Amino acid sequence: MSKHWPVVALGVALLVGLALPLATGAAPPGFYIEVLLGGLMSGVLYSLVALGFALIFKASGVFNFAQGAMVLFAALSVARIAEHVPLWLAIVLATVIMTALAWVIERFVLRPLVNQEGVALLMATLGVTYFLDGFGQTVWGSDIYKIDLGIAKEPVLILDKVFQGGILVNKEDFVAAAVAAGLVAGLTLFFQKTATGRALRAVADDHQAAQSIGIPLNRIWVIIWSVAGFVALVAGVIWGSQLGVQFSLSQVALKALPVVILGGFTSIAGAIVGGLIIGVGEKMAEVFLGPVLVKAFDLAGGGIENWFAYVLALLFLLVRPEGLFGEKHIDRV
Amino acid sequence: MQGAAGSEAGAPPMSEGARRVGEVILAVEGVSLSFGGVKALTNVSFDVREHEVRAIIGPNGAGKSSMLNVINGVYHPQQGKIRYLGREFRDMDSHEVAQSGIARTFQSLALFKGMTVLDNIMAGRNLKMRTNMLLQALRIGPALREELEHREAVERIIDFLEIQAYRKVPVGRLPYGLQKRVDLARALAMEPRMLLLDEPMAGMNMEEKQDMCRFILDVNDQFGTTIVLIEHDMGVVMDISDRVVVLDYGKKIGDGTPGEIRANQAVIDAYLGVSH
Repeated sequence: MSKHWPVVALGVALLVGLALPLATGAAPPGFYIEVLLGGLMSGVLYSLVALGFALIFKASGVFNFAQGAMVLFAALSVARIAEHVPLWLAIVLATVIMTALAWVIERFVLRPLVNQEGVALLMATLGVTYFLDGFGQTVWGSDIYKIDLGIAKEPVLILDKVFQGGILVNKEDFVAAAVAAGLVAGLTLFFQKTATGRALRAVADDHQAAQSIGIPLNRIWVIIWSVAGFVALVAGVIWGSQLGVQFSLSQVALKALPVVILGGFTSIAGAIVGGLIIGVGEKMAEVFLGPVLVKAFDLAGGGIENWFAYVLALLFLLVRPEGLFGEKHIDRV
Repeated sequence: MQGAAGSEAGAPPMSEGARRVGEVILAVEGVSLSFGGVKALTNVSFDVREHEVRAIIGPNGAGKSSMLNVINGVYHPQQGKIRYLGREFRDMDSHEVAQSGIARTFQSLALFKGMTVLDNIMAGRNLKMRTNMLLQALRIGPALREELEHREAVERIIDFLEIQAYRKVPVGRLPYGLQKRVDLARALAMEPRMLLLDEPMAGMNMEEKQDMCRFILDVNDQFGTTIVLIEHDMGVVMDISDRVVVLDYGKKIGDGTPGEIRANQAVIDAYLGVSH
């Protein structure tokens, strides 16, 4: 147990930080819950991007830097196609595009590089990132586009009887959370209960052994990149509908990095929990820790949301490098 | 072997206890393999007959594992050919080799460590799965029936190898000897026509070795599976093999029945070491 104390200490520190604003009365409960919900919602979106990272890393050991670019590309595809056809059809067509993209990436990027150093593959996905960013603009244009999910954007006031001032929530946020939950449930079912899922897990564990029992690596990679592409599409549609489809979506990937570090590179559950922790953590830090720091050190203030996730990830790397749910590798020497 | 030759590819012909060595099903002809400047195999030729137990032995670094990896499609030899069931394969991938009915086990275990014993063995049925993913996920209709059928086949293998008690245990937690057995079980789940065993008894104690010998002979006897096995320890192999190939420094130095091999001076020299 004693070996776990740094993790426990970090966990306790986070929990105390979470409870402090409420305990000290610095925030009225209604406002506090609003901030908490806001954090959870952005956490869900980080989770979706992190999920894409985790899926590909798990099955192929490749750190796919292009996940963010895939989010942007998918969102652009949906937004532009939806200008001509109904939204559902646009989503279906964009799914087809993302699957085709997975096939192209497997055929022309991964397959020639199989058995190369991890760094070579990372560089290759970096190349894919820039290609997709540019190619997306070439094909779909570089303006800000809208995705309209048909859900009212006006915030709704709830529980105004319980808390003073009530709580402002966004209906779209709840839809987003429900979609994310459904997606995770679906993926879990797919991985645990289907023969293809079993094959995917087998490939994740040992490439060579998987091939020896007749599992074709190439097809598995196409499947996993397609699934990651679909996850990117879901993330892209939700982010896009909230923020507009624009180049900055691609940068979302950078926020998902600390999430996968925190959750563990190979874990679906880790991506979800990690996303929520980071989402809540940075919102709380921005709203409650920020003013305290400003007052104490006479700073200009603000901007905590930008670095909090990375500092948290750094702390996690120090105390638990494999992440919350990651597999600890013990190699026989 | 009445009817056996006509059975579907991959399905092991069942012989009623009476094991009879049949035609040549695998022929290795003049295979040479090198990595950069290092020659792993030089002009090696031998054949394997249906239903026999064929051993490849040799001192450390003799090229045994390389030979097995060539047959398995992991390495592609620079020279020579391999004929399996009349078909020549040169650049076959591992999974294509698996599709043609050849299964293997690994010297250094290559199990799916995070998965349970049952899932590991079920993964071995991958090639035999037919229904689509959606039906599998929902567990309805043909998918459910198929899953149950495969589960039954897997249960028979589990019984056969006496690992009933460990079904739900993640393989990584099992002791080494049992992991070796799961490795064999996964290969058997493919119902292979030919089974390649890479040092199945390495690192085992005497009792475990005897168990493994018994399992190998039982597989060969009951399912008629052709067995090609690599071993480093000459003693065990001589007892269970029909014919033995001996490699040394990547070259074949002996080929014959255990009796012939024991009497072969070149083999004795290679194993005991003579001053060159």
